[in-house]
Amino acid sequence: MELIVASTVGTLTAGGVYLMLRLRTFPVILGLALLSYAVNVFIFASGRLAIDQSPILSRYGEASYTDPLPQALVLTAIVISFGMTAVLVMIGLGAYLEADSDRIDIEAETTEPDPQSDPARGAPEETKA
Amino acid sequence: MMHWIILPVILPAMLAPLIGFVMRHDMTLARTASVAGTSLLLAIAIGLTVMAADGQTHIYRLGDWPAPFGIVLVLDRLSALMILLTSVLALIVLIHAITTGWDARGRHFHTLFQFQLMGICGAFLTGDVFNLFVFFEVLLIASYGLMIHSGGRERMRAGLQYVVMNLAGSTLFLFALGTLYAATGTLNIADLAVRIAEIPPEEAALVRVAAVLLMIVFAVKAALFPVQFWLPATYANAPAPVAALFAIMTKVGAYAILRVHTTAFGPGQAGTEDIATTWLFPAAIVTIAVGAFGVLGAKRLMPLIAFSVVGSMGTLLVAVAAFAPAAMTAALYYMVHSTFAAACLFLIADLAVTQRGGDHLRAVPATVQNGLFAALFFAGAIAMAGMPPLSGFLGKLLVLDALRAPGQMVWAWSAILGGSLLTIVGFARAGSIVFWKSTATLPAAAAPETAPEIAEAAEHAAPAAARPMQIAPSMIALAALVALSIFAGPATTYLEGTTAQLFDRDGYVAAVLEPSPGTED
Repeated sequence: MELIVASTVGTLTAGGVYLMLRLRTFPVILGLALLSYAVNVFIFASGRLAIDQSPILSRYGEASYTDPLPQALVLTAIVISFGMTAVLVMIGLGAYLEADSDRIDIEAETTEPDPQSDPARGAPEETKA
Repeated sequence: MMHWIILPVILPAMLAPLIGFVMRHDMTLARTASVAGTSLLLAIAIGLTVMAADGQTHIYRLGDWPAPFGIVLVLDRLSALMILLTSVLALIVLIHAITTGWDARGRHFHTLFQFQLMGICGAFLTGDVFNLFVFFEVLLIASYGLMIHSGGRERMRAGLQYVVMNLAGSTLFLFALGTLYAATGTLNIADLAVRIAEIPPEEAALVRVAAVLLMIVFAVKAALFPVQFWLPATYANAPAPVAALFAIMTKVGAYAILRVHTTAFGPGQAGTEDIATTWLFPAAIVTIAVGAFGVLGAKRLMPLIAFSVVGSMGTLLVAVAAFAPAAMTAALYYMVHSTFAAACLFLIADLAVTQRGGDHLRAVPATVQNGLFAALFFAGAIAMAGMPPLSGFLGKLLVLDALRAPGQMVWAWSAILGGSLLTIVGFARAGSIVFWKSTATLPAAAAPETAPEIAEAAEHAAPAAARPMQIAPSMIALAALVALSIFAGPATTYLEGTTAQLFDRDGYVAAVLEPSPGTED
């Protein structure tokens, strides 16, 4: 049990980190999703692993129960990571449509000034920080 | 039980959806509501500061559950100070955004702005680390929207990197929390302080891992080397008022380091007391260097200011790393100062850049209010670099004065003084190109290259002399710096009390875990 959970977390994390280093929007999104799965399983395990036990203190039964707090934490973490992934997908899509490139570091590929870039500043950006 | 403590979270949280759903078609209404809400937040913040000034730690238990089991909000002098700082800054930034029309260049500016305030206030008030994570996410998700507000290719690119960076940071945060929970069985800061003290040093390995992970996460937020690289691109490409508001976000990271690493892991906790000092100090020294060289090498005005923010975070964290009361007081003073200094510079630069039609460090014909902008910019630069009349000097002096320990002094003094020198040179160079050379005749050789841009700049500059209401916010930020210099004595006295309270771990723990009539209010 411990071995399975530990290796699951390890594999998911490794895969997630690898995909994040690909520097293209879609793999990075997948990588972050994998990482968030890894972290959810990890939090779940942080309250010690217990099988077949309810997360409720029973007044009548014996005192063995599984820790309810990690489950609450994981719920919150799942909701947040879903929301964040959705935001990331939208921003990634926006950046892709804007720049015609799905690289996270867009500037490496396209260096010519874009005439419609950054209307707010009023001038094309040529050099970057 | 007092309900005032939760209002800084509730008020923006209620106002934001109201603006988003009810007032989205009526800009005037949305603006009015947003300004009214932020003013009310300021009033509440003043009230909370007065309340916290008695030196007690006030707590608010949500649902009236006792502390380690339920969620608590904790108001002490430090969190009251940070809330006050946030609300003053928010009002300044909001007025700037409205008067310059930034809020109309994309949708839902005011909604996101209020959500951002909710996240920041919540992060300052919360009493347990998991809710710190939740409020971090709230403020981050709002900041993503604000960051790419009004779009554009460059901004989307920087925004995407910013989002990915922060999502990776959030995952790390959760890993840290999981480790911490596995090691101690609690996430309440006061309870953590108790439990960690009980762990014998030789068994503290897991807690140490969690502490280091948390340190890294907060370092990402505070833009500490080696995880500062997202900041210059983000701040430089964000809309200027948003960048000015973000000046408080790096402070959220610094605040989290302060809070968690003094109360839960800090001095006196056998297993974890040396972590912050060991890792934070060298990283902060390098951060100063990165900021200073960035200022020196920046080719545009906005990245230049962004790098000066990195440098100021380094100075702040050098003082924090000492984890001694005197240094902490200096750090808090410098924190207040650098927030206003950064905001002031971003707002002024925004006005100047709008008139010049681009933030390149290149001489273009002088704008209508060149003299005024130059004066404001140099005042801001003097504050940021730490030159005498303004509070940056006092802040740096306090920091230097506090760092006299043998091992620290050489590094800290040379880094801060050297960094200040480079920052001054960088600002002088940028300012003279932008504001002084532009009044001189342009050399003919530069003309072919810059001609279209100048034409465009002229086109942009022609209509707009900044109205007084557009300049007022920067003036107020500057006035805050002046006030901070003039009232440095009272401010330092107040901050000394804050530091004393921050280091009074037993008082904090007692207030949170053992509610007594005295602390319940």
